[in-house]
Amino acid sequence: MSANHDGANLLEVRGLTKIFGTLTACDHVDLNIAKGEIHALLGENGAGKSTLVKMLFGSLEPNSGEIFWNGQAVRIPSPGVAKKLGIGMVFQHFSLFEALTAAENIALSLDDGSPIGSIAAKARALSYSYGLPLDPESLVGDLSVGERQRIEIIRCLLQTPQLIILDEPTSVLTPQEADKLFETLERLRAEGKSILYISHRLEEVKRICDRATVLRHGKVVGHCNPREETAASLARMMVGSEVKSVVRAPAEGIETAQPLLEIRGLNRKPATPFSIPLKNIRLDVRAGEVIGIAGVAGNGQGEFFESVSGEVLQQDATSVRIRGKDAGGLTITGRRLLGAAFVPEERLGHGAAPRMKLSENLLLSRHATDGKAFVGTGGMVKSGAVYAASQRIIEAMDVRKSAPDPEAAALSGGNLQKFIVGRELDRRPSVMVVNQPTWGVDAGAAAHIRQALIELSRSGSAVLVISQDLDELFEISDAIAVMHNGVLSEPMPIAEATFEKVGLLMGGAEPGHAEHTLETA
Amino acid sequence: MMRLELVKRPQRSALFSMLSPFIAFALTIIAGAIMFALLGVNPLTAFRIYFIEPISQVWQLHELAIKAAPLILIAVGLSVCYKANIWNIGAEGQFIFGAIFGSAIPVLFPEFEGPLVLPLMLLLGMVGGAAYAAIPAFLKTRFNTNEILTSLMLVYVAQLFLDWLVRGPWRDPQGHGFPQTIQFGDAATLPQLMPDAGRANWGFVFALVAAVLIWILMGRMLKGFEVRVLGSSPRAGRFAGFGLNRMVFFAFLLSGALAGLAGISEVSGAIGQLQPVISPGYGFTAIIVAFLGRLNPLGIVAAGLVLALTYLGGEAVQSALGISDKVARVFQGMLLFFVLGCDTLIHYRIRLIGLALTKRQAPAKLEAAPKLKEAR
Repeated sequence: MSANHDGANLLEVRGLTKIFGTLTACDHVDLNIAKGEIHALLGENGAGKSTLVKMLFGSLEPNSGEIFWNGQAVRIPSPGVAKKLGIGMVFQHFSLFEALTAAENIALSLDDGSPIGSIAAKARALSYSYGLPLDPESLVGDLSVGERQRIEIIRCLLQTPQLIILDEPTSVLTPQEADKLFETLERLRAEGKSILYISHRLEEVKRICDRATVLRHGKVVGHCNPREETAASLARMMVGSEVKSVVRAPAEGIETAQPLLEIRGLNRKPATPFSIPLKNIRLDVRAGEVIGIAGVAGNGQGEFFESVSGEVLQQDATSVRIRGKDAGGLTITGRRLLGAAFVPEERLGHGAAPRMKLSENLLLSRHATDGKAFVGTGGMVKSGAVYAASQRIIEAMDVRKSAPDPEAAALSGGNLQKFIVGRELDRRPSVMVVNQPTWGVDAGAAAHIRQALIELSRSGSAVLVISQDLDELFEISDAIAVMHNGVLSEPMPIAEATFEKVGLLMGGAEPGHAEHTLETA
Repeated sequence: MMRLELVKRPQRSALFSMLSPFIAFALTIIAGAIMFALLGVNPLTAFRIYFIEPISQVWQLHELAIKAAPLILIAVGLSVCYKANIWNIGAEGQFIFGAIFGSAIPVLFPEFEGPLVLPLMLLLGMVGGAAYAAIPAFLKTRFNTNEILTSLMLVYVAQLFLDWLVRGPWRDPQGHGFPQTIQFGDAATLPQLMPDAGRANWGFVFALVAAVLIWILMGRMLKGFEVRVLGSSPRAGRFAGFGLNRMVFFAFLLSGALAGLAGISEVSGAIGQLQPVISPGYGFTAIIVAFLGRLNPLGIVAAGLVLALTYLGGEAVQSALGISDKVARVFQGMLLFFVLGCDTLIHYRIRLIGLALTKRQAPAKLEAAPKLKEAR
């Protein structure tokens, strides 16, 4: 069986297919990974990357197709088998216990009964030799996201894998941390290990990957050498058509414009041992501008959003002011009535109730602000008016759906996000606060949402965007502030902002002391 | 070899959402037939006596309405709680306290008569049930206690309190020492609907009106929307600006008031006085009614009639076949068990998996193993 195969291929996948109900998530996918290469797996959200990887790691079983490992046909029914073969994986969403130390977390996944002391020693040695310094005794809850990722990587390396799968590893890193990671990956490649690198960031794929396989709608649409491609040509392969770029007209007269959202001395104590306290946050968002807040995930953005939206109230009513009125003591409904609108990070279960229809989800955030239009005498809902308004939003935002008024959970992430953003835009709010506007949204929909946010600001509203996606912030913001460990930096006008400056602030550098900070990384 | 696997459906199945109670009922009948056979009774005879004979005459339909009224009244209130993901298990206690509060007028002021007596009693009954339900609501919102435990434990407090009342301070002085209050006067008695045809009283009308009102509340009104949002996704509810604590009180007070109304209606209608025991477990059986009716008020009306029949059937088989009327509890338990089981089919479908495929591919895995050791 093995005679026909080239011995240089570590992993060969032929005709791998996975069907979920009516959806073919992976459709006869072929993939070859050679020994000692970094192989990129490219594709938009929903292209089938995660499904493919889960089949390689044994979390999902394929409906048909073959997997060859070192030329041998293998079946991978569980992650345990994958680990034994020599396949390791670093997940995008970490699976670590915050209340345990790094070494304890590693010991949990090894299940070979070796004493914790020797595991800690091994982990420490390995982490330093790969340039990913890690203190195995430290509590995971105290570590930054970048450091947590190191634990995952070390945990994976301790099992001496031949193939390491990395799922969007840089999405939680600062640019500087990402550079460190790339050095490590290059060292692993030099040792003859293979890496399957999943990303949608084309620049970094061009930089470190030797070959790329591009997926679209579950099918392989091309194999290429990313170094010979441009970011635009790779994007075209992924999306299948030209992506309309976002146009940002220069904001005019911002300096003299009225601040519509004023945040002064906003503090918040941590609600749980592992949440981030907010420290003396100060920010103005004026009519006509888009302010972006950058930051590595888990630095207080969620806490900040809850405080500004009024899901959590402030002691000091003046710490949040909306259109010149004190709003710190108002609930989210009170703040909406002052003209503010909010889009949270989580779509299902926070921004929308999954098992409710889109029209009901429209009522969710607008039952008070549009009380006259949507709610009649005695608290009766005018379902006709609500339905008509939801159809208007669906049309304006080009929301694709399978039924006239489907449940929110039945929509794809991107389409639901378009609806949730459109639901707020439809009100023409004077203050709009959005957390992760395009997280997990395909390129076409993302461009649509970004353009809509810019246009809202240019029509005289104040727009505040919290995002982990730096490309996005540079595309739409007039100024960028950085949140690190619950502290917000001064907004930097976009003309002065660079990836490097923002990246240093994301890593915790004091503004103006950028040159001294690299040793902490 | 075959094995069964539950596969999650992409969407909840509307078909099984409707069919589930019927499948559950069919399974209950099958299990019931086995039970009767084991008891040495011909299942067909038993079913005829249990399910058909108790409703073959008009006066018996009136008895059915008397049993169904409290079940429906309590269950529509509970449906609001359960939709809001709030677990009021103590309706039995709220039923008893409604009865006690409402009975205070005829017991303490027997001379007070007139058209105002009955409305006041009903109102006090609702107040009593709501006040008793406010205790677990307060404990939950203030101390984050588990409302399942507190509301359930308060049932026993209520039962013992009633027992003490009718043996102690409220005992009928002319009652030859029997533990019961005086018989209520005409002004304090809930009138019968059709005295010539049977005993059914206005309690059944209250139940139907409550079902329709709650149906409108849940389906058409903003408050019902609030209940559903907070119950299905509390975080989205908070984002909508709905308060969870307010909802806990709303749901408990509403369901408590309806249970209290059921209590005072039962006492002033069917019984006519307070006794140590005034309910054959209506407050608990109503939980089954609520789920069998899919937490839909109109479904609850139908389910209430079915469960009322299990009470009548239990009495019927006891007198006709000499089987304990505990058999009613068995039927009720099986119904709830099967309903909850069948509800799985709404979100999951069952797949049969043969293991043949696994066997065929297994050798490939074994082949790879030696290779693995070399690689290390």
